[in-house]
Amino acid sequence: MSYVDYLVRRAIHSVPVIFGLSVLIFLISRVIPGDPVRLALGPEATDQQVAALRAEMGLDQPLPMQYADWLFGVVQGDWGMSLRTNNNVFSDIVARLPATLELTVVTLFFAVLLAIPFGVVAGTNKDRWQDHLSRITALFGVSMPRFWVAIVLQIVFVVSLGLLPLSGRLSDGVAPPPAVTRLYLVDSLIAGQFGTFVDAATHLLLPTVALGLATLAQVMRLIRSDMIDEQRKDYVLAARAYGLPNTLIEYKYMLQNAFTSSLTVVGLAFGFLLGNAFLVEIVFAWPGMARYGVQAILYQDFNAIVGVTIVVGIGFVTANFVVDLLYGYLDPRVRLEEG
Amino acid sequence: MADPILEVKNLHVHFETHDGTAEVINGIDFAIDRGETAALVGETGCGKSVTVKSIMGLLPSATIPEGEIRYKGEDVLSLSDAERHSRRGKEMSMIMQDPMTSLNPVLTVGEQMMDVLKWQGRPRLSLSKLVRDALSTGAKAEHRKRAIEMLGEVEISAPERVFESYPVELSGGMRQRVLIAIALLSEPDLLIADEPGTALDVTTEAKVLDLLDELVEERDTSVLYITHDLGVAREVSDRINVMYAGEIVEQAPTADLFANPQHPYTRGLLESIPTLSTGIGDGIEGHLPDYTNPPAGCRFADRCPHAEPDCHEAYPYPRQTGPDHATACHLFDGLPARERHESLAAERVDIGTAPWLSAGGDTHSGDAPGDISADGGTDQ
Ligand SMILES: Nc1ncnc2c1ncn2[C@@H]1O[C@H](COP(=O)(O)OP(=O)(O)OP(=O)(O)O)[C@@H](O)[C@H]1O
Ligand code: SF4
Ligand SMILES: [Mg+2]
Repeated sequence: MSYVDYLVRRAIHSVPVIFGLSVLIFLISRVIPGDPVRLALGPEATDQQVAALRAEMGLDQPLPMQYADWLFGVVQGDWGMSLRTNNNVFSDIVARLPATLELTVVTLFFAVLLAIPFGVVAGTNKDRWQDHLSRITALFGVSMPRFWVAIVLQIVFVVSLGLLPLSGRLSDGVAPPPAVTRLYLVDSLIAGQFGTFVDAATHLLLPTVALGLATLAQVMRLIRSDMIDEQRKDYVLAARAYGLPNTLIEYKYMLQNAFTSSLTVVGLAFGFLLGNAFLVEIVFAWPGMARYGVQAILYQDFNAIVGVTIVVGIGFVTANFVVDLLYGYLDPRVRLEEG
Repeated sequence: MADPILEVKNLHVHFETHDGTAEVINGIDFAIDRGETAALVGETGCGKSVTVKSIMGLLPSATIPEGEIRYKGEDVLSLSDAERHSRRGKEMSMIMQDPMTSLNPVLTVGEQMMDVLKWQGRPRLSLSKLVRDALSTGAKAEHRKRAIEMLGEVEISAPERVFESYPVELSGGMRQRVLIAIALLSEPDLLIADEPGTALDVTTEAKVLDLLDELVEERDTSVLYITHDLGVAREVSDRINVMYAGEIVEQAPTADLFANPQHPYTRGLLESIPTLSTGIGDGIEGHLPDYTNPPAGCRFADRCPHAEPDCHEAYPYPRQTGPDHATACHLFDGLPARERHESLAAERVDIGTAPWLSAGGDTHSGDAPGDISADGGTDQ
């Protein structure tokens, strides 16, 4: 099976997942609030008023019809009004999603980028000081709460050292770059505004560290243990017997195998970051979707909650799809054995 | 032996395990002459792979408390890691035991072969070489040509296709051929073949063995051939070393060993040849001893039909039983094959002579024709 066939097949496999996800969210949105009509009209409403609104909202239809209506609306961007902002939830989220995406994608990218060499060094120096150092760092990384790390970073780097900005995506007086992707790092580069790029990057630095430390620790330890497993395999011994340099064996032969088995966790980590970004977004006043989601929960802003759930769900599915693609690329067995 | 390419002297290999120190290899001696094929034969778990991995320097977790490994006269155990590394592949290479797991599953056969051609013997990855390689298409094309040629030499009929294939796309026999091709790619002077073909069906195995035989013949490569099959050893080798529980119990030129098998273990193996498909050693009752608590005397005593109480106490050092034949068993007389055993030889244990040698007791007339005692008498 060629890579393209594999890609198409994986894409087709995501369709039922997305369908299931939409049904689930639909059911949640209908079941959790109790009776949305009574909720909307208040306790004083008469039965006639309730029935009339029910018909108007299409709630007297059978459930599958309601689902179809709902899905049609969702696809068209009709995600209802937010009780809190009085805007369409869809446009609220569209305005905030890029900030969260920029934060989480950059975080994941650097977490994995750093986890790889650290994990390889720890794994190939098992029980030596490099390994112990990585173990202590990892323990620290996963056990410190993110918001606490965030505050400590602010105290050290902002308050004491004055090196980095306290919060937000850009300094006061710096205009956002012309919107293309709404990711400031990307847009500022497209517009050639390097000053803005640097400003956006310095604002990203602390939130990224606070958010990504745990992911870095987790992926590093995983790569370490996978490297140790690989070390015992025959192909590694064979490569040594052929006289290949150790660095080639470690960083090419073993790493590709080890990273492949860590990939699934990296995919899950992305969804996890999306879900946990709110802690960091609140501390750093990051104008993102995760903070919006938390506020929606606090205000019982139901449409907004459903909206954020949809986006996080799509994020999960997309991350898994990307993982599958990488997986098929890095490990030919996946696509060859399936075909 | 005139000019051995490899000499192993009194090699001991230990592993630290949860149950204590496993004394797996217990003082083995053997040598391989240039251009010769020597076989190391023994049942599963007797320490064949540990022996050859120690020779290659591929056992970081093992300790070698005693012994010498000389390659072309040079004591390799005293070399630095870098010096040993520079000899792997080019000087001595190895065909690993299991063709299913010895190729990297995520890279194509071609890429693995090209890596050997590109990187072999280099101490580390260097960025400048990576860049230079990326720029020079000439060297790449040449390596590719050489790799495909080599695949052709191991009689792979569609070498270009196999070059582009991943290991999962190949059959076991195909992978075994690829492993042979990779090991020979760098024209080593000493090739260690760890049970090539064992994982394959009998017909494929026979083909692969013939092929390997031919290839090393052409190149005049010296070979250390590991197998658990005396029949295979007879086909391919000039000399046989029979190994039991980390000791070499009998060594002789192939023809001599079959004409005149001496050690009770060797004879047991020969008797069980018809049932070889089930694995050797199965024909002999009992199990290998525990390496963390090995017997003080003969390691084979628990399974030996001729064992006497003394066998459990006294170490049966190898003794010279013919001009070029050594056997480690108290049933045989002879000067110690190694000087280090001279003091042991002084307190020789007498458990009589082998029953099949005394009149009428020859139960192995088929295997051991000729007058053996006369042979032993003239030489000592
Ligand atoms: N790294 C190790 N640590 C501890 N014990 C080991 C190690 N490698 C091998 N051994 C032990 O050494 C003994 C001999 O193993 P070895 O692999 O050399 O057997 P073998 O003769 O090659 O058998 P086979 O025919 O099955 O390949 C076994 O008991 C094994 O458990
Ligand atoms: S020394 Fe004794 S136990 Fe060992 S093989 Fe010879 S006869 Fe058997
Ligand atoms: Mg073995």
